[in-house]
Amino acid sequence: MTQLLNVLIGLAMGLNLAALGTGRLPSLIRIAAVQGMLLGVMPLVIEREPSVLLLLIALATIIIKGLVIPSLLRRAMRTANIDRDLDPLISFVPSLLLGAAGMIGAVALAQRLPLLPEHHESLLVAGSLALVFTGLLLLIGRSKAISQVCGYLILENGIYLFGLLLIHSVPLLVEGGILLDLTVAVFVIGIIVDRIQRTFDTLDTRKLTVLRE
Amino acid sequence: MNELLLILVPLLAAGLAAAWPDNHTRPWFLPVAGVAHACLAFGFLLKPPAAPFHEWFGYDPLARAILPAVSLLFLGCAFYGVPYLRLRSERSNRVFVPAFLASLGLISAAHMARHLGVLWIATETVTLCSVPSLHFNNTPRAFEATWKYLLVGGTGVALSLLGSFCLGYASLHGGGSGDLTFAGLTARGEELSRSWVLIAWVLLLVGYGTKMGLAPMHTWKPDAYGEAPGIVGAMLAGGVTTVAFTALLRVRAVVEAAGESAVANRTLLVIGLFSTLVAALFLLSTRDFKRMLAYSSIEHMGILSLGAAIGGAGLWAALFHVWNNSLTKGALFLSAGNIRRAAGGRTIDEVSGMGLRTPASAGLFLAGTLAITACPPFGPFFSELLIVRSALATGHGWAAAVLLACLLLAFLGLTRVVFAIVYGRPRTSSRQLEGKFRETTAVIVPPLVLLLAALGLGLAAPQVLREAWTAAVNQLSPVP
Repeated sequence: MTQLLNVLIGLAMGLNLAALGTGRLPSLIRIAAVQGMLLGVMPLVIEREPSVLLLLIALATIIIKGLVIPSLLRRAMRTANIDRDLDPLISFVPSLLLGAAGMIGAVALAQRLPLLPEHHESLLVAGSLALVFTGLLLLIGRSKAISQVCGYLILENGIYLFGLLLIHSVPLLVEGGILLDLTVAVFVIGIIVDRIQRTFDTLDTRKLTVLRE
Repeated sequence: MNELLLILVPLLAAGLAAAWPDNHTRPWFLPVAGVAHACLAFGFLLKPPAAPFHEWFGYDPLARAILPAVSLLFLGCAFYGVPYLRLRSERSNRVFVPAFLASLGLISAAHMARHLGVLWIATETVTLCSVPSLHFNNTPRAFEATWKYLLVGGTGVALSLLGSFCLGYASLHGGGSGDLTFAGLTARGEELSRSWVLIAWVLLLVGYGTKMGLAPMHTWKPDAYGEAPGIVGAMLAGGVTTVAFTALLRVRAVVEAAGESAVANRTLLVIGLFSTLVAALFLLSTRDFKRMLAYSSIEHMGILSLGAAIGGAGLWAALFHVWNNSLTKGALFLSAGNIRRAAGGRTIDEVSGMGLRTPASAGLFLAGTLAITACPPFGPFFSELLIVRSALATGHGWAAAVLLACLLLAFLGLTRVVFAIVYGRPRTSSRQLEGKFRETTAVIVPPLVLLLAALGLGLAAPQVLREAWTAAVNQLSPVP
């Protein structure tokens, strides 16, 4: 069981590098979507005999992270009429190298942290740290609003991965609420993206520099 | 169970307001819900419920010590909101009024939350609810501010969720059940895994510190406060920030129970002093009087964090300071809104001589500035004096010295801007706008009442409030 879970987490971590290396927004959105779906499957792998509620949560995660949010983002992308993030603040090769270094750092850090015996073999903590790091890197390093939203999604994915450690103890109600928040957040961000585009005629957040001292 | 009304009444009012068809009468939902909420909050202040009614929610001593201040501030903003939205009748308020009401309900929920996950959900939804109110002005500048608010605030909120999970894992690692209620975590404090508690503390401090606007996570604040309408700025500065402060206090209590209070206090002390310093330096250079209020807010968040770090009498003074800061900031934001509308500008290059054009608002703004820079006999003077005294009494002499130096710099920075605006000759450009805005009673009384409340707290803080603050201090750090 841990083996299968680790394979899934490894795939999610590999997608990080793909996300850092691409400048095409459709691929970035697809990567975030696939990563979200992988995450949605994980609770079913962890629990040998999943309850109906758990099945529903997994299904909701897959639908929201894998279908709803990407389609919202694609719509924002089409209205904004852009599909590339050509000149990021941190360009692709350095961000790939940073991402790879971050991944190694995450694995090393996870081994030094005190873990419960049943989590020693799993990559949950390492994967979660790597995803959070990649998300932050995309948030800081990219200049287009949609890439930053994708970075935020990967950050949230990392946090969700950490939340799986607590799957037996955190009431599912809380997890449901968290999922809901994510959707609303992206929905709101989508509206704002639309408005920025209409007002500034660009999605380049570097142009948002009127407000400063 | 009646405490639940504090959350439900504003949310219900928000729902009704969303369905209400008439743009002109819809703003009246604000004062109606405000009065009901204030009656409930002060009723529970006078007659506290015996025990929290649920393990996830409850009007416990900490909520009792802070929530009435937010309720009072909201009441002031609500009465100001009616004439304000009448002035802005060209814009639909169908989204603004419900969002503003819902944020009051969610702020109440966050204050009453006794579970890490519930607290997080409430804080996140408060953030999202403030978005429509923030870009009410619909200008490119407002969108820029909203985008920064979402991006920085969203990242902060995400990190605080990770911190909450880490705290849960600390409990799981210590043999607990991963129970995320504050009572449960504090009771098993000894068994929590120390390293996970420290990781959680760092993440939660960064996360909720972003929401509170502590430096260096404060970057969204000047933009958001500068662009938001006055009533929204007042609720952000005096309401939403208190949510993050309560959250940090509750988490600090868990860290203390885990035996790591020294680390928590040291980080709070450093980040608090750093915030006051950064704010004081920016106050010396800003030329915009609404952004000035944001830096002043950062300064006061730093003072709160310092008070919490000192603990005991310092914490008591910090709770006192929450009231003073919320009420005075309310008066400042509302009077600044009047000046801004009358002058048509917001920097000292565009605005001057407002003492002649809008004498009442300018007078209130000046008095409010003196209050917030800790001039006696206003409340902030006494709470800051108490914080300095408790810092000296606990051997934090250098911290008190830095704080006093920063307060002096902030005083210079604030008075520099405010005197430039209030005195001098009215500009010709602002004379052309004459007749667009009139100082009516409706826009003067709310800030006046808030300022008088801050004055009243300074002259004689009611006994019941003093008891409420003592009870909250006892709840957070129980004397063995």
